[in-house]
Amino acid sequence: MTEYQNIFTRVQIRGPLHAGPPVSGSIFQREGKPFYSYLMGIIGNAQVGPLYLGSLGVASLISGFIAIEIIGLNMWASVGWNPILFIRDLPWLALEPPAPANGLRIPPLNQGGWWLMAGFFLTAAMVLWFFRMYRRARQLGLGTHMAWAWGAAIWLYFVLGFLRPLLMGSWGEAPPFGIFPHLDWTVSFSLRYGNLYYDPFHMLSIVFLYGSVLLFAMHAATILAVSRFGGEKEVEQSVDRGTASERAALFWRWTMGFNATMESIHRWAWWFAVLTPLTGGIGILLTGTVTDNWFLWAVKHGVAPHYAPIYSHAVDPATLQGGKP
Amino acid sequence: MRAALSGAALLGAFAISLVAVLTFTRPPINIVATGNPGTGMQLNYVPKQVAAALAINQVPAALPPIDAGPPASTVYKNVQVLGNVSSGAFTRLMVSMTNWVAPQQGCNYCHVAGNFADDSKYTKVIARRMLQMTIAVNTKYTNHVGNVGVTCYTCHRGAPMPSQIWFTGATPGSGAGLLETSMGKNLPALAINNSSLPSDPFTPFLLNHENIRDQGTTALPSGNTQSIKQTDWTYALMMHYSQALGVNCAFCHNSQAFSDWSESTPQRLTAFYAEAMLRDLNTNYMVPLTSTFPAGQRGPMGDVAKINCATCHQGVYKPLFGAAMAAQFPPLLGVGASATAAVTPIAMPSVMPNSSIPTTDSTKP
Repeated sequence: MTEYQNIFTRVQIRGPLHAGPPVSGSIFQREGKPFYSYLMGIIGNAQVGPLYLGSLGVASLISGFIAIEIIGLNMWASVGWNPILFIRDLPWLALEPPAPANGLRIPPLNQGGWWLMAGFFLTAAMVLWFFRMYRRARQLGLGTHMAWAWGAAIWLYFVLGFLRPLLMGSWGEAPPFGIFPHLDWTVSFSLRYGNLYYDPFHMLSIVFLYGSVLLFAMHAATILAVSRFGGEKEVEQSVDRGTASERAALFWRWTMGFNATMESIHRWAWWFAVLTPLTGGIGILLTGTVTDNWFLWAVKHGVAPHYAPIYSHAVDPATLQGGKP
Repeated sequence: MRAALSGAALLGAFAISLVAVLTFTRPPINIVATGNPGTGMQLNYVPKQVAAALAINQVPAALPPIDAGPPASTVYKNVQVLGNVSSGAFTRLMVSMTNWVAPQQGCNYCHVAGNFADDSKYTKVIARRMLQMTIAVNTKYTNHVGNVGVTCYTCHRGAPMPSQIWFTGATPGSGAGLLETSMGKNLPALAINNSSLPSDPFTPFLLNHENIRDQGTTALPSGNTQSIKQTDWTYALMMHYSQALGVNCAFCHNSQAFSDWSESTPQRLTAFYAEAMLRDLNTNYMVPLTSTFPAGQRGPMGDVAKINCATCHQGVYKPLFGAAMAAQFPPLLGVGASATAAVTPIAMPSVMPNSSIPTTDSTKP
């Protein structure tokens, strides 16, 4: 029994190092001499490398490096180039978007220009990585699901940092680059637009996010539970009787009357994961452009209640005569 | 390799527990529900924190009351504010002020030894103006201070300079150089609960009269141009309120709809009146004293020390837990005082809301 109670991968396969089939139609080859690592083997494949970067990968990494460099150097400058303060205050530091007064103009570098440039290179890095994933998948004869899932994440980033500011007419509406500051931005965003929890697309995004977590836990638990019957060989078992695959299916059918299949569970998971940023991005895009106060919108459409006042005299004092000095 | 792994895991666990022990609030936390059922409006009291706050917010013993003798102006020279106060009450207040503000330094902190009428010490000029300010707070701003009022001790707590004061920070967007200029935020801000929010929301809101209100008032856009960046500043101000009073958002707001007055508590109204009061005190009492203060007591931008919520509240929802200290000093409530600042009082709603913490079990609908 205890044989199956493991945190880490039990089997590490070692043999002649395998470089994979030769790369065709590319200027670059796979880089690095492959080697075995015990530590890597307990969480994944023991063979590390070789790595294919290619022109898109190199371009993406360079763009990402430029973006991180712009952000990091501006942060470091904000503490007077003090290395200790840079480390200590790093969670507080940020590169801010231009002030709202700049609208959609390109401001001087030190007044938000760097933010625009960092945003451009970060976006370029992510889009180049999308094409890299797409091309790698095609080279291996795979579907492009991974690239499109990554694309869904890019969509949310793109809405936050580019599309919505564009529709609002101000770069200042975009979040800053920084750890605490972007979290504060999230709260200020919700405060300004009347509580994002009443945004139905934000609700959907939460459903898909939590749903993804639930599906991930259900699927992973199912496969681990049938691993004693070789359940991780999901697909090749799915047409046979009495296999780990069928036992997994029967577990759920007898537990809740319905079961996903070895194929459909991955469609469920993929769509839940992809719909999280897709719906979230729609919710962000509508905020401030189409609605101004999500709570009042929700009250208007019967989504949320307006609680009866339980304290007397709860009126806006600014509306009373002489109340606003 | 296995030993190294266990070592790393142990180290990680130790680091996490260190963070947890040093930064988390340990139970018990006593919770008082205040709002409509299901809204999650609640006040949290941590016994240890309450005990610590009680310990540092005790009222000092008052001198025995005296109200005898001829008016102070007939006994002493150059009595500009408390001239009609009896000389007994006047002397009692002067000795109390020394105890509250300069207990180490004594009378000569403000007065020239041997000539109490002399105005040549800057501290005396400031003390007189602060006396007028205290009287103004107690008479004009009962919509905020209620019947409790303030004394010198409310802010000073035995020190010539109150511990909780603020100075104007660098103007956002100022500064030269190629790299990003100061945005007035994104550094640990002590007065804003150590957040990365704007560190000086006081200059725009408690000195100048910028718009504090950001939230949309209609479901669909109808001309509200407040930006998310402006909201950061209001958010910072609110975090200061919270920190200065030792309360959470739900003390005043239903977080479902922060801007909605009908779902807010009466405490929000009290806080609202403080904003106009602080603007008045900072603009009409502190700023005119700028050049009276020596340069070393001014801020980095050369400005005078100013007042915010923490100056009086010092971490408690009512300064000194609402002890009626001022009532023991009638001159501070304006009795017998003259030459208070000539500003018309602010009109108040006909009925003042109850300012004690509501106990809601009987009032729930």
